[in-house]
Amino acid sequence: MHIPDGVIGPGVSAAAGVVAAGGFGVAVSRARRYLTDRLVPLAALVTAFVFAGQMINFPVLPGMSGHLIGGVLAAVLVGPWAGFLVIAIVLMIQAFLFADGGLTALGLNIVNMALIGGVVGYGVYRVVFRFAGSRPDRVALSAGIAAFVSVPLAGMGFVFEFALGGTAESLSIGAILAAMLGTHLLIGIGEGFITFFVVGAVMKARPDLVYGSPTFSGRRTEELMS
Amino acid sequence: MSRRALGLFALGLLITVFVAVVLSQFASSEPDGLEYVAEDQGFANTAEDHDLADAPLADYGENLESSGAISTGVAGFIGVIAALGVGFGLFWLIRAPNTDSPRRTS
Repeated sequence: MHIPDGVIGPGVSAAAGVVAAGGFGVAVSRARRYLTDRLVPLAALVTAFVFAGQMINFPVLPGMSGHLIGGVLAAVLVGPWAGFLVIAIVLMIQAFLFADGGLTALGLNIVNMALIGGVVGYGVYRVVFRFAGSRPDRVALSAGIAAFVSVPLAGMGFVFEFALGGTAESLSIGAILAAMLGTHLLIGIGEGFITFFVVGAVMKARPDLVYGSPTFSGRRTEELMS
Repeated sequence: MSRRALGLFALGLLITVFVAVVLSQFASSEPDGLEYVAEDQGFANTAEDHDLADAPLADYGENLESSGAISTGVAGFIGVIAALGVGFGLFWLIRAPNTDSPRRTS
């Protein structure tokens, strides 16, 4: 899911960098409204866990693997904007320390995985959670379903960027769209299961710390239960 | 943090380190979804080598693995500590004032 350098041209990459930087600013200003010091350890732990989880490529098809994005996982646990920061930190560490994900593509990757996979994915979570009856015992299931949906969504982000600024010539965007959708729907199943189990575990241990749950004891920047 | 909270944090960190150090040894080395589509659809050749491809931890230690200096597990451990440290640093810097949380329970 990490775009390397060269695949998307400099214009679209730079534009995505601007969007990512703007998103980072919004995320900091939103997160600082609710992320009290008792929530800081969980947010840091989620950052470390998403890094670790992204290392685990699981087999999906012969010749193809997938790995966790962690956007919905982080957003449900620590809120969409602290979740954005979680994924952005992971992507920066991967790009600068592990040469994973191009440096000029960092903005693209933040847009796809932190903004679409995380913040938009959290929007999906809210809709699913409402449909599921907004009960605490449905938080993990709703998170899993939203996580499943978030992977093809993030993949669509890539297709959009490729359509605008892909450097390869004379390729069919329709075929790439179909291929990205098909493969990432399958990868999303893994994302959904991992998210379901991890959110479920935190809900059992500390339901008061889970931002996306009605049991959250802190304040939210937006009202969830309306 | 209370003792229970500290214990849960330690448990979470232990699981995280286990995933990065042990489980990572069993990760599939097949291309991921995007790489697969890039090869399948014929734009994989537009990808350039990473600017930091020669860095010691590039590709999670693969560069130095052959020389035995570092393994994927060590790279994973370093990454977990880095993510935890940067996460703590940033979230601590931007944390909200505690007075905003009247229903504080821990």
